[in-house]
Amino acid sequence: MAVTASSNAAWAGARKDLVAGWRSRELWAHLGWQDIRQRYRRSVLGPIWITISMAVTAIALGILYAGLFGNPLETQLPYILVGFIVWAFISGCILEGADVFIKNEGLIKHLPAPISVHVYRLVWRQTLLFAHNLIVYAVMLVIFPQPLDWSSLLAFPAFALLAVNGAWIALLFGMASSRFRDLNPIVGSVVQLTFFLTPIVWIYEDFLNSDNPTIAERARLAEINPVLHYIEIIRRPMLGQETVWHHWAVVVGITLVGWAVTLWAMRRYRTRVPYWV
Amino acid sequence: MVRIETRQASVDFPIFDAKTRSLKKAVLGMVGGNISSDDRKVPVIQALHDIDISIEEGDRVALVGHNGAGKSTLLRLLSGIYAPTSGTAHIEGRVAPVFDLGVGMDPEISGYENIMIRGLFLGMTRKQMESRVDEIADFTELGDFLAMPLRTYSTGMRVRLALGVVTSIDPEILLFDEGIGAVDAAFLEKARDRLEELVKRAGLLVFASHSDEFLRRLCTSAIWMEHGRVKQRGDLREVLTAYKGRDPWLDDAAGRA
Repeated sequence: MAVTASSNAAWAGARKDLVAGWRSRELWAHLGWQDIRQRYRRSVLGPIWITISMAVTAIALGILYAGLFGNPLETQLPYILVGFIVWAFISGCILEGADVFIKNEGLIKHLPAPISVHVYRLVWRQTLLFAHNLIVYAVMLVIFPQPLDWSSLLAFPAFALLAVNGAWIALLFGMASSRFRDLNPIVGSVVQLTFFLTPIVWIYEDFLNSDNPTIAERARLAEINPVLHYIEIIRRPMLGQETVWHHWAVVVGITLVGWAVTLWAMRRYRTRVPYWV
Repeated sequence: MVRIETRQASVDFPIFDAKTRSLKKAVLGMVGGNISSDDRKVPVIQALHDIDISIEEGDRVALVGHNGAGKSTLLRLLSGIYAPTSGTAHIEGRVAPVFDLGVGMDPEISGYENIMIRGLFLGMTRKQMESRVDEIADFTELGDFLAMPLRTYSTGMRVRLALGVVTSIDPEILLFDEGIGAVDAAFLEKARDRLEELVKRAGLLVFASHSDEFLRRLCTSAIWMEHGRVKQRGDLREVLTAYKGRDPWLDDAAGRA
């Protein structure tokens, strides 16, 4: 373990890492953008490829589940599309976050840089992908207009919260999985499972307001899944639905706890990452 | 103020295998009795012991020692890549490490773009790199290839590109690990001058190498590493003589005579 002069020094070290990492914006913003360009280099469709694949998935599943649940397409499709776009961001941050330091082993061992640089690059890359997918959302708004109003602007702070959470998750899981390699597949399995536990293809409110009281009661259990709250705070404004504040409370609570734990972990283990990868 | 100071710094590398890397095994070991007989302690390689060195602005330090002595590890300690596992290392100034010329290079993007990225990795800003691009392009003599993706380059061309970028920066602390690699003789001559210019611009230099010639041209003092410890520190000629067993300067005189 690194011997530090005092515990103050260790906290300062964690803070400096985050601040210095942020300051290297030019580097990680450029790299994040390069990562996106990499995906469609030498492809025929180019950047449109990313948006088209999202659109095709959403349309296909929208039609399928509208039929299965007996919902009108104009309700089901926008719900699924927005859910997918947000899920792509959240799951991207978690899955790539768990891998982030392992993947950047070469850079970590050859260039002295705050470890947060790799995390900022990841979150930026996911943000750019989200922006690409928003094109589909914009097209959807033309075909299936939603009752957007001023409260829809809450989508912006909601996304900011999502990004802030993406960062601590990547940092925490990234550090942990660089030490314990089986954490990566474990995270993969849990994320896969969570997709089904989250109302993305199934509409939460429909089950909450079900005529059958048993179903309505059981639907509440879905709220144990934290991702439900993360998706709700941004999907509701994007679909022009009214704000449900307890979702925001849960997300802010998790954000604070998450960052507290991550800062504590950074304080102790930040300098171990180059030894572990 | 540019300086590096280490006190009693040690670097120990943990050697993980599949068992010690497993979270499941770590957790299971904590509950219940000892079912498995394997030793859960992680073996450790002590790469550096009790390094006490102080390098000030203006120092040009050569780093010599046999392979495996700990030169590369020491450079990484001095650059801040590895925090010491015990003791302290205090680094003031922007570090430009030149350990692997190819790191951060992306084969899919053009030479020009790689110049930008390599520069950003070395701590330069976008604007600084943009103002240097032409000068680097001239030096590398790569011409039209600079617009082509890096994967079309030969090894020698890549080295030229990397050298071009690395020698254009303004380092406060320059740490050089040997093995510049496959370049043709004529280009190396050109690079040598540029390297000297670079070293002049640097605040302080630590250069690990087996090449006496390079060391004598660029350095004034030396550190001799052996088995992870500093065996000797002092004036370049003294340390090189002790390390080699004979005075390299005298060889020159004998050669010319």
